[in-house]
Amino acid sequence: MGYFIDFIAIILILSGLTFFFGAAVGLMRLPDFYTRMHAAGKGDTLSTLLILAGFAIHELNTMGQLGAVVSVVVMFKILAICVFIMVTSPTSTHALMEAGYEDGIEPLIDKDGVDCLAEDFLPGQAVRSRPAGQKSREL
Amino acid sequence: MTALLAAGNSAASDGPSGYDLTTFFIVIGVILFVLMIPALYRVVMGPTAIDRIVSVNVVGTKTAVLIIVIGSILGKVHMYVDFALAYALLNFIGSLAASRYLRKTRPMGGGAEPIPTGTTVSSEDAS
Repeated sequence: MGYFIDFIAIILILSGLTFFFGAAVGLMRLPDFYTRMHAAGKGDTLSTLLILAGFAIHELNTMGQLGAVVSVVVMFKILAICVFIMVTSPTSTHALMEAGYEDGIEPLIDKDGVDCLAEDFLPGQAVRSRPAGQKSREL
Repeated sequence: MTALLAAGNSAASDGPSGYDLTTFFIVIGVILFVLMIPALYRVVMGPTAIDRIVSVNVVGTKTAVLIIVIGSILGKVHMYVDFALAYALLNFIGSLAASRYLRKTRPMGGGAEPIPTGTTVSSEDAS
């Protein structure tokens, strides 16, 4: 049983490191502010959740000097950090993206020169400059 | 170093079957630290200020994870988990405060002044 729990923990931690590798490469290599924000928000949140879930499962397996009750409490604290990061990391990414757009950072534009974010923030203006029959939101 | 750490805290870091994951956790911590370097590159080289703030947010979240890893290596997760929780909370407060500082309009939506329209949409190429 202990081998099985630690096997699941190792799988979770390694998959979390894989997602964090993707987030790091995306944060360094992507061309645009908004695409870098995409890589940072999603990869960072998911990798943190997976790594902390792995450590929470591993904590069930270490009944240390302080007994089983402390291990269960620590596991629930790590799961509380998981829930907290799952709520707050997309929130802060969204708030920073709004701040960046209203600060005037230009996103990548598609081949018609249409700012694809403008119809969320300024309704009607970007739709007017797009030719009729064109599919919306393709980059 | 692994033998030194395991000698001090053998009861805390051993599994019930006698094997040890301390070396694995040290390797995980080193890999996490190495993967923070692209985010630090974006902090240094980022063209806009919000790139830097997002990268600092990523590094702060990973630091909360790294504190848990250090606690698991030392066998004192019951102490380090509170540090990680406080660090994640302060990281969230910091990035949210920076985003509110950098916004031009009012924060809560009601009574916001309109965004100047000439600055955002570039539609000269639209045919």
